[in-house]
Amino acid sequence: MLAIADLHFEKGSAYAERGALLPPYDTAATVAALAAAVTRLKPATVICLGDSFHDSNARARLDGRDADAIRTLSHDREWLWVIGNHDPEPPADLGGEIVHTLKLGPLTFRHAPMAEAGPGEVAGHLHPKAAVKVKGRRFVRRCFAANESRVVLPAFGAYTGGLDVLDEAFSPLFAGGLEAHMLGRDKVHRFPGDMLVRI
Amino acid sequence: MSETAADLIIDDLPQPVLPQRFLAWFGARGWRPRRHQVEVLHAIRDGEHVLLSAPTGGGKTLAGFLPSLVDLADGGGGKLHTLYVSPLKALTTDIERNLSLPVAEIDLPIRVETRNGDTPQAKRQRQQRNPPDLLLITPEQLALMLSYREADRYFRHLKHIVIDELHSLTAHKRGDLLALGLARLASIAPAARRIGLSATVADPDALGALVGLGEPARLVLGEPGPRADIKVLSSETRVPWSGHLARHTMAEVYDALRRHNTTLVFVNTRAQAEIVFQELWRRNDDNLAIALHHGSLAPEQRRKVEAAMVRGDLRAVVCTSTLDLGIDWGDVDLVIQIGAPKGLSRLVQRIGRANHRLDEPSAALLVPANRFEVLECQAAAAAVMDGELDGEAERAGALDVLAQHLLGRACSAPFDMTQVYDEIRRAPPYAALTWEDFEATLDFVATGGYALRRYERYHRLSKDENGLWTVANQRVARQYRLNVGTIVEAPMIRVKLGRGRELGKIEEWFIEQLKIGDTFVFAGEVLRFEGLRDMVAVVSRATGADPSVPSYYGGKFPLSTYLAARVRDMLADEARQKDLPWQVKDWLKLQRWRSVLPGRDDLLVETFPRGGRFYTIAYPFEGRLAHQTLGMLLTRRMDRAGLRPLGFVASEYALAVWSLRPIREKAVNRLFEEDMLGDDLEAWLNESNLMKRTFRNVAVIAGLIDRRHPGEEKTGRQVTFSSDLIYDVLRQYQGDHILLRATYADAAAGLIDVARVAAMLQRIQGRITFQALDRVSPLAVPLMLEIGREAVPSDANEAMLAEAAEALIDEATRLI
Repeated sequence: MLAIADLHFEKGSAYAERGALLPPYDTAATVAALAAAVTRLKPATVICLGDSFHDSNARARLDGRDADAIRTLSHDREWLWVIGNHDPEPPADLGGEIVHTLKLGPLTFRHAPMAEAGPGEVAGHLHPKAAVKVKGRRFVRRCFAANESRVVLPAFGAYTGGLDVLDEAFSPLFAGGLEAHMLGRDKVHRFPGDMLVRI
Repeated sequence: MSETAADLIIDDLPQPVLPQRFLAWFGARGWRPRRHQVEVLHAIRDGEHVLLSAPTGGGKTLAGFLPSLVDLADGGGGKLHTLYVSPLKALTTDIERNLSLPVAEIDLPIRVETRNGDTPQAKRQRQQRNPPDLLLITPEQLALMLSYREADRYFRHLKHIVIDELHSLTAHKRGDLLALGLARLASIAPAARRIGLSATVADPDALGALVGLGEPARLVLGEPGPRADIKVLSSETRVPWSGHLARHTMAEVYDALRRHNTTLVFVNTRAQAEIVFQELWRRNDDNLAIALHHGSLAPEQRRKVEAAMVRGDLRAVVCTSTLDLGIDWGDVDLVIQIGAPKGLSRLVQRIGRANHRLDEPSAALLVPANRFEVLECQAAAAAVMDGELDGEAERAGALDVLAQHLLGRACSAPFDMTQVYDEIRRAPPYAALTWEDFEATLDFVATGGYALRRYERYHRLSKDENGLWTVANQRVARQYRLNVGTIVEAPMIRVKLGRGRELGKIEEWFIEQLKIGDTFVFAGEVLRFEGLRDMVAVVSRATGADPSVPSYYGGKFPLSTYLAARVRDMLADEARQKDLPWQVKDWLKLQRWRSVLPGRDDLLVETFPRGGRFYTIAYPFEGRLAHQTLGMLLTRRMDRAGLRPLGFVASEYALAVWSLRPIREKAVNRLFEEDMLGDDLEAWLNESNLMKRTFRNVAVIAGLIDRRHPGEEKTGRQVTFSSDLIYDVLRQYQGDHILLRATYADAAAGLIDVARVAAMLQRIQGRITFQALDRVSPLAVPLMLEIGREAVPSDANEAMLAEAAEALIDEATRLI
């Protein structure tokens, strides 16, 4: 099983609608990264943890080739679109199944993490990012924010920015502190919250 | 203006060109028109463009305005007659004040006004409806005004365009923007004559081309002032081997201040300014009025210092390049340059700030901070005495600036593509612009210029029924006007004293590294960091004398090619070393005994073992940027050769690389071969963060992402977007996109100095002097002392991150 969060397909074209003509390759880049992960890990199930499409118009702007690529991915395995309260519903013609929350054994998958949720919550929505200082240099990376009972996944989309895990949005979720698992080029690096610096 | 200089009179020039009332005014002030002032009048009367080069204090500005004042003596026609463009807003205000004197005293019916970012909306609108006779503006303001729909009507009647401090407006993006604006004006008002003013002119042809825009420009030279009196401080104390702060000279510098009426103390970086200012005040037993002036201080603070200077209330100002240009203040009798001058033109400009009386020589004192800087200061002083200047290398106009200009062009009026192409090529930086690059830039402005044509319906420009390019909607025009300009600053954070006044702005990266309680020097005080609140760094006055966080990082200006050659000349020729202080002479003598001194055109490479490593030192004297690039490429190449390089450090003069295995004499020529700049360069650049930083600036200037305006971060009104993400995606999917090409051109020219590395490699082929030593040479010591202060190469990023995480795990497991 593979869980990813916040794909934000067609974020670039959403900006273009407002006049910022960003390179229109973000969906292709995101799909390609996802396809590479699927090829490497061969999951039977893929769970997309919400905000998979940047807005409700995203389908209309989606390029034919990108749509085909998404369909191919969702067709060949169990594909679950988890959606949040304000999340646009993924287009029906791209395959997959829509769910709101998903319970699998001890784990609960939902889009936005809830402070009052029990142990085993896996969520996205917040786009966690963290910074550490090593020998006078600062490294800022996307990360998993985690403690012993929950994890918030980094955003997967090519154009998704991030929110500092030291931001107060994270504090009700991680009252006893958190660990940031920062994305390196080839592996994930773990740092406790008290080693992090503000972005 | 002095009376003596006026004796160089103009009897041999034909036809008085000055009306009687002007001559009377000159006479009443005890002046007579200068030869160059009259020559400018003649040239303009003959319909020529003019490049006027005259020393500061030579009545240069008046020479630029006289043709307009004479032409307007009987009243203007309620139309804009003369446009004056200056690099500094402060200078336009100053000129407005200075012009009011002749205008009032000759009783001329002329309205002079300035216009800048601070001009109230009502005044701007009035200026638009009812233009002044003379309008004084900056290049950014010109670009903005040219984007208005009424630009054509507004500028159509222009007679004269005066461009001040012209030498400072070339060879960078701001100069590109100005050149494009001037080319546009030349189409709107073909009859307008341009007058370029410059104190230092290293390359009259290049500046003349900018003034002429394809037409000839007459070069007018002012009378040269007496030779400047330049001394290099020969310190009585020990001259340090390395470092840039010149602390050892402060007693002598202070003594010089005491012996002069008013001194300008120039330094190369803001941090140096802070420290020198502190050091001088520590010694200020006589309570001299010493002030501080640099670009990060709050504007009110700077204005206060300038006003005090004009009143003659100050004995000294410690300043950075913020005072290189600008307002004339008459009574400066000494200019001190602390640290190496780096380039001759800048040095001459700075020295020219002293003594605006033409008949007295400017006095200057160069204060080297270390032994290499002694050489550089001596070489610079000798070169200035010889009347030498170093010009900026020519470069092609930037495509991101062109994109901005094209968008502005469309905001003003629909345009024909071929016509605009021809107009643009009149601007010297774009003279060689190809049709393909022009088309690709226009395509970027219109629809993003992407191979995947998905944005046709979101276009910013479109073709109208007549085949003219026009802006798609007014939102695009509004957005353009918020983003105009080429100066993209590093993110700055405001610094406030408690809840009280703002002290200025400081770079975000510096604030980031502070912990609460850290102390640092800023705005001339030692401050304690109290925390970051709402994007404001709150500080208090600290009691301790020594700040805990130093902020010095390298010299900002690279050593100029010309000055580098003079330093090599000096090292190669013992006869030129006779004026050096004895400590430096001894140092060079020791070097000759232990190794050799670098020759004029060869490259000295030394190797020696130390602490289980092998050090290789090369002495190209090409400036820190070029050496850093060379270091990156050399270590890659050594890695492939199995020499196991571990790191390198670069200074203005030399490069040190250390490795686990030594470089052998027979391999050294291969290592320095010219092909180093091929694939290695490209591979390195693609991985480096430098390209991402450069891309951000390019993307802002080209209008892909919006400029961040201070205070707007939180309103969310603008499109903010991480440019790093865009860079990664664009590089992956369309590596030849015009913005990536512009980014590469920027990095190659400015940040990594590829041209200079290339020229050096070519120069030294077959001319490497190899010295295998058993220990460190005297010349290598300064560089060896820098090791450890430098950051490691960017390739090591991932390794460092992993190491930090693993070190932590080690620590944790050991505790168990």
